[in-house]
Amino acid sequence: MSPFLFWIFAVLTVVFGGAVVLNRNPVASALSLVVSFLGLSALFMSLDAFFIGIIQVLVYAGAVMVLFLFIVMLLDIRVEERRRINWLAAAGGVGVAVILLIQIYVVIGHFQSARRTFPPLAASTTDDVWHIGRLLFSNYNLPFQIIGVLVLVATIGVVLLSRREPR
Amino acid sequence: MITLGDYLVVSAILFTIGFAGVMVRRNLIIILMSLELMLNAANLSLVAFSRFRVGANGLPDYNAQVFVFFVITVAAAEVAVGLALLVALYRARQTTDVADITSLKF
Repeated sequence: MSPFLFWIFAVLTVVFGGAVVLNRNPVASALSLVVSFLGLSALFMSLDAFFIGIIQVLVYAGAVMVLFLFIVMLLDIRVEERRRINWLAAAGGVGVAVILLIQIYVVIGHFQSARRTFPPLAASTTDDVWHIGRLLFSNYNLPFQIIGVLVLVATIGVVLLSRREPR
Repeated sequence: MITLGDYLVVSAILFTIGFAGVMVRRNLIIILMSLELMLNAANLSLVAFSRFRVGANGLPDYNAQVFVFFVITVAAAEVAVGLALLVALYRARQTTDVADITSLKF
């Protein structure tokens, strides 16, 4: 991918990621999150991870965002906009985050491999889905089945939590 | 040319935005969205390292991409349970603001 496209999608992802936090309206935040995830999916595809990019769009921009929007519509969202901002607490939170960013930046600066470009790939005859699927069902078979149990437990938990208590 | 460091810096900025959202915002829905941003920032650096570590056969390291697959699955389950908790909380207290939920505060 050309550097020009990389910077476009990187700026898109970061700007709309910031809009998620800065927007006071939760619907605007959720829609900004969709755009941010689409930019992130383009970054994944620029790294030749097409399967990851596509499930990013399907799972996040498709399923998770619909869930968020449903909940936002279900609840009363007008209360948030009337609240006053505690500027001291906000400045403290942003300060801690900036310190974290500086620390990560210094670590990346001292990391020698970070200055190298990506090595070229061999012309592959198989898709990355094939490789990921083969690993998933051989080396990572046990974690894969544990993930299945986890999703089942989450489903049962959601049904139990959202059931109305009989009085 | 785009280096590995560029992707890592984008990932770091995205993680910091999510971290700031968790620290600053008091609406539980926005806090959950910020958690998603942090998980995705970690995914971006995993995929960047996967592409960087090309093996002898000229293919990326697919172990990292399997790990990203697991992270996405766990994140989807986490969002479902988190939003169900949010709805249960809203039914009990009629609020989604963390400043109003102080029963467990020491």
